[in-house]
Amino acid sequence: MEFIQQLVNGLSLGSIYALIALGYTMVYGIVKLINFAHGDVFMVGSFVGFYAITFLELSFLPALLLSMTACAVLGVLIERIAYKPLRNATRIAALITAIGVSLFIEYGMIYIRGAQIEAYPNDVVPSANIDIFGVTVKSQSILILGVAILLMVLLQIIVHRTKIGKAMRAVSFDADAAKLMGISVNNTISVTFAIGSALAGAAGVIFGVYYTRIEPLMGILPGLKAFVAAVLGGIGIIPGAMVGGLLLGMIEALVSAAGFSLWRDAAAFVVLILILLFMPQGLFGKNKKEKV
Amino acid sequence: MKKTRMSGIILSLSLAMGVLAGCGGEETGGTGAGTIKIGANLELSGGAASYGQSIMEGMELAVDEINKDGINGQKLEIEKYDNKSDAAEATTGALKLITQEKADVIVGAATSTNTLAQVDIANDNKVPLITPTGTNETITVKDGKVNEYIFRTCFIDPFQGTVAANFAKTQFKAETAAIYIDSSSDYSKGLAAAFKKAFTDKGGKIVAEEAFVQKDTDFQSTLTRIKKANPDFVFVPAFYEEVGLILKQGREIGLNVPFMGGDGWDSPKLIEIAGAKSLENTFITNHYSAGDPAEKIQKFVSAFQEKYNDKSPDAFAALGYDTAYYIADAVKRAGDDPTPQKIKEALADTDGLDLVSGKLTIDENHNPIKAAAILKYENGKQVFETNIKP
Repeated sequence: MEFIQQLVNGLSLGSIYALIALGYTMVYGIVKLINFAHGDVFMVGSFVGFYAITFLELSFLPALLLSMTACAVLGVLIERIAYKPLRNATRIAALITAIGVSLFIEYGMIYIRGAQIEAYPNDVVPSANIDIFGVTVKSQSILILGVAILLMVLLQIIVHRTKIGKAMRAVSFDADAAKLMGISVNNTISVTFAIGSALAGAAGVIFGVYYTRIEPLMGILPGLKAFVAAVLGGIGIIPGAMVGGLLLGMIEALVSAAGFSLWRDAAAFVVLILILLFMPQGLFGKNKKEKV
Repeated sequence: MKKTRMSGIILSLSLAMGVLAGCGGEETGGTGAGTIKIGANLELSGGAASYGQSIMEGMELAVDEINKDGINGQKLEIEKYDNKSDAAEATTGALKLITQEKADVIVGAATSTNTLAQVDIANDNKVPLITPTGTNETITVKDGKVNEYIFRTCFIDPFQGTVAANFAKTQFKAETAAIYIDSSSDYSKGLAAAFKKAFTDKGGKIVAEEAFVQKDTDFQSTLTRIKKANPDFVFVPAFYEEVGLILKQGREIGLNVPFMGGDGWDSPKLIEIAGAKSLENTFITNHYSAGDPAEKIQKFVSAFQEKYNDKSPDAFAALGYDTAYYIADAVKRAGDDPTPQKIKEALADTDGLDLVSGKLTIDENHNPIKAAAILKYENGKQVFETNIKP
């Protein structure tokens, strides 16, 4: 029972990782860029949600939608201002720019509101404990998992069933060919950033509701972990990011449960190293030979 | 360019004169003329200003009271120096107070860092220095040797662990306890070690020792482990940012035993993060509580509120107030001609002095032995529970 309880504990953290990882993976899939500012979009989303709930006195769902919208706009802005001019530059230039954007958002936030912590109100969503065969499940964890799965299903529908989804897949497959077919590559990339960032915003609000404490540097570690999750599932592959996130959350919970709580963060990166060494294409990736 | 060099020369000359004057003052010691000069080197502005200002308010109230009757015909006089919450400025301040103002005693600073910056100067010039709230152990003892002229009014950090262990034993008859520490903080480790020693000495058993690092957000897995060990009492000597989450997540998984911590919990943010419900059945140790019904404390609280527009005195104000009485008591026992040397000896000999923050006795390491106040959280508010002796 103890073991199952720990897995349940890991599930909520894993859903948050999964939501952030989706944004990483989508952006990588389409522009081959690790958007290191993604964790900070998550942080901004968390703060937008906080202010929506405390100052605008919105309830959970409107706050979630507002935060997702704000993050979508932020994501597009970041792409247009920082990454678009570098689209044909070397990949390392874009990567370093991403790190710069990340630091800019973090310390910009500290400049605007200070580094002090903020606490989400405790009554945003009703909390109750549900007992299933001796395993305590929080109603909040179910909500988190529910929202996460709903958003991921929605994403799958967008990518596979809509016109813009088709365009995204086309650009991801071959941007030049897509352009020749009359697809607006710029708009497609912007939409990808918007969707990915909106998911990070949702993760931010969920994180705030679940873990209460938010602060301007909160995005760094979850951002990196989500990156590991994306690599674990196979970067660029949407179901992979979801499974990778959930798996990583559970691995961390089990490491703590075994009494190595101080090694928990290290465990995530050991996973990264092992994956890169033995399975660089990730769990869901196809092993494809690079053409020279 | 010329101008700056000129002013540089003047500056260094005046500094040298200050030092020379200091040598002269040291011989005679004391200002005589019936006043004992207290040099208050405190954080009156800057990041730690709220601490310094509280101490100053408490001290001024005490000095007013003491001067009504005087001490053996002498009066206390405070000479303020604002160290701007900066260590270098604190060093300059100590030098100025000793050499130019010829202070008989230095009080300050509020924080350990700013106190450590003046320790050597006070020791070398043989002027006693008392920090009201500097809790770092190395202030009074350096490399196993006691700093002869350095004292403090507050108890040191690890002492809170000892008190917490006593409280767990007497109040809850706890047989088993779990310790959950912030492994990135020396404060946390010090308290935990003291708790463990005191608790096991009294026949208790530590059933779980877990750790986290600052900025962690998910404690559920470790708390589930602690719950499985089934302790009667959980000691979490850490800071409010993480403690708030630990309490919230601990209560959620059904870990309903008493939780306790030190003054690191003491912040309104703790209540925001944990929520009033999770804080039920939790306790902290602190230097003093304004809610303590003891007559001495209530007299102090009402005198303080009268002087400062109904402001409630915090622990810093109480310790500032006590520091002035601590000095007054030493001056009284130092005889007719209280030189800094004699005051120092009297400070070290203090035994059973009744103060607002408890009965003060100084041990051989110049650290106070006194009771700590235990506060309980009730409906999201701190309520005085009891006083516990070490």
